[in-house]
Amino acid sequence: MAGEGDIKLLGMVVSPFVVRVRMALHRKGVSYEYVEQDLFNKSELLLRSNPVNKKVPVLIHGGKPICESLVIVQYADEVWSGKGASIFPADPHERAVARFWAAYVDDKLFPAYIGIMKAATEEARAEKAKEALVVLANLEEAFAQCSKGKPFFAGDSVGYLDLAVGCNLFWLEAIRKMFGVTFFDVGKTPLLAAWAERFAGTEMAREVVPDADTAVVFAKKLQARFGSNTSAK
Amino acid sequence: MAGGDDLKLLGAWASPFVTRVKLALNFKGLSFEDVEEDLSNKSELLLSSNPVHKKVPVLVHNGKPICESVIIVQYIDEAFAGIGPALLPSDPYERAIARFWAAYVDDKLVAPWVQSLRAKTEEEKSEGLKQTFAAVETLEGALRECSKGEGYFGGETVGLVDISLGSLLSWLNATEVISGTKIFDPVKTPLLAAWMERFSKLDAAKAALPEVDRVVEFAKKRQAQAAAAAAASETNVRA
Repeated sequence: MAGEGDIKLLGMVVSPFVVRVRMALHRKGVSYEYVEQDLFNKSELLLRSNPVNKKVPVLIHGGKPICESLVIVQYADEVWSGKGASIFPADPHERAVARFWAAYVDDKLFPAYIGIMKAATEEARAEKAKEALVVLANLEEAFAQCSKGKPFFAGDSVGYLDLAVGCNLFWLEAIRKMFGVTFFDVGKTPLLAAWAERFAGTEMAREVVPDADTAVVFAKKLQARFGSNTSAK
Repeated sequence: MAGGDDLKLLGAWASPFVTRVKLALNFKGLSFEDVEEDLSNKSELLLSSNPVHKKVPVLVHNGKPICESVIIVQYIDEAFAGIGPALLPSDPYERAIARFWAAYVDDKLVAPWVQSLRAKTEEEKSEGLKQTFAAVETLEGALRECSKGEGYFGGETVGLVDISLGSLLSWLNATEVISGTKIFDPVKTPLLAAWMERFSKLDAAKAALPEVDRVVEFAKKRQAQAAAAAAASETNVRA
């Protein structure tokens, strides 16, 4: 299926899942129309394109919608397999390992750091921070195993798992600014700390990742809207 | 089957996630060693193969472990691409649709259903069931779209979504026996009810799915254990 045709991405500026897809599209060298969504007032297009979950990101390719960020990333790698860089490794076992850790990040890291933001008490916040650190400790091991001494999870350049983890970094920075939680302790997770800096410095990240302050502003707006008992810095 | 392939499935007979992997292996025509784990006394092999979650299923292929049922099914499809039928379609868009619905089965059907089975209050139970039935209705629509008039989510042949959903059949039947509730109501969701009949008749399915009576016994024992634990803790609180 050659050619890019009509490509639209429905997104929201601070959604890490949208950032993940933008990273993938950047890796494939694909140009697209980005359409910012107001998640408090969902558009007809969004509701029509993702009637089941009503969420972003949604990639609309040639009029056909694809939903769920990891599904979209795999789609992009397959449909544009001749273009840009390969996101997935070729070896089935390496692919399975990459999928395993990407699922782990979504199941365990995201709820933990969102939990820090939403926590109503200091105890709850500390509990969630502890959870996040356990996840990062596991990811440190994963990095050692997957990278085999190279700069990224995928090796010499970024791949599926780098994108899956990396899209969350700006939120971790935002939460560090708001609540003082240190996620990347060079003493505890040296490989991950080095990788995080390296990742943020890539051309791809500099182009598609929003500033952590944008996330801070959004978080404060959410807190004001839904009410939070503990205030951020 | 390719020579020299050593396939070990670390599992537990009652787990639908383990059944899911057995289904995939059976549909591909692959032979494997079925290793029953005692989940109250997990083996060294299980703990070293899945140190992060310590859960079944784990597929060990020539010594290398693969974890998480949907990931294992995709691995089987990719590692044994030349053997047996393909479990995912070749078109990228259709693959994306299959992956979407496979994730939906676990996130929106299994999760609330498990919640209803483990619920400690009537409220929790009915909320779980409400969400379960809502997901079932959505899946009826998905089957209509994906099957394109054929018998399966995968079209003419069984695919990833059929395997993901099909792994639940013994538990769906057991739930009907225990509570009288049909999760795939033939009146409300006729396509799914017909699909369930069709799928259960397949040899690969019959070989993988645990016997309903056994699951009923297992579920009743678990319910009794949970009730006893709840009663005991209440007694402790009062004392």
